[in-house]
Amino acid sequence: MKIAITSTGNSLGSNLDQRFGRCSYFVIYDTETGGTEFLPNPNKDALEGAGPSSVQLVASRNVQKIISGEFGIKIKSLLDTLKIQMIALKDADKKIEEIIEMLNN
Amino acid sequence: MSPRPVRLRKVSNPPVISGLKPYGGKATAGKHDIIFLHLEEYEAIRLCDHEQMNHQQASTLMAVSRPTLTRIYARARQKIADALVSGKQIVIEGGKIYFDSEWYACKVCGCYFNSPDKLTTVKQCPLCRSHEFTTCNEIQ
Repeated sequence: MKIAITSTGNSLGSNLDQRFGRCSYFVIYDTETGGTEFLPNPNKDALEGAGPSSVQLVASRNVQKIISGEFGIKIKSLLDTLKIQMIALKDADKKIEEIIEMLNN
Repeated sequence: MSPRPVRLRKVSNPPVISGLKPYGGKATAGKHDIIFLHLEEYEAIRLCDHEQMNHQQASTLMAVSRPTLTRIYARARQKIADALVSGKQIVIEGGKIYFDSEWYACKVCGCYFNSPDKLTTVKQCPLCRSHEFTTCNEIQ
């Protein structure tokens, strides 16, 4: 199963990005292989529609769960239709490696 | 002036069936004998009659006003009664709606999560796998 995590940087030591649509990087974590992939977000500085196009990018990777700080109103209904689980974590100091460790426990 | 746009109704649980067909009697349900029950009307019936909420509570859950909910509910009953009396087929589809899933709050790691698959019940937090979580209606 693939899980997307929003990240502020492109290393495992980066923090969880609190925004979904305009986060800096998406981390695609594969629970079966344990591999991670960092995708730079092309919608980082988009004026509008960053959320839906980010959903499109993440959904094209067949992600089943998304971990982020919060989800906008446009995204919630979209992800509900796509049956992708949203996990909102309000802890901005959480590092990507810590989240992956939590998922593996 | 153009009329005020219709407010989208929130549907938490999509129906498990897409319709009902009559049987026996002269029930030869053709194309002309179909009643289209909108998803918002289905949801109103589910909340008011199945969950036995009052209209005020149901309207909050569907994100519309109380009078609007009562109108949706009245239309739903009218349609179902028509189908029952004249032996018509009911097809549940359409309506100005959006889907919304239930949200849960984990007490251990403090995260909020939803369950996209409404048919299976949530047993543990997807992040820390604890069983200590409660339901919440809105992300705080």
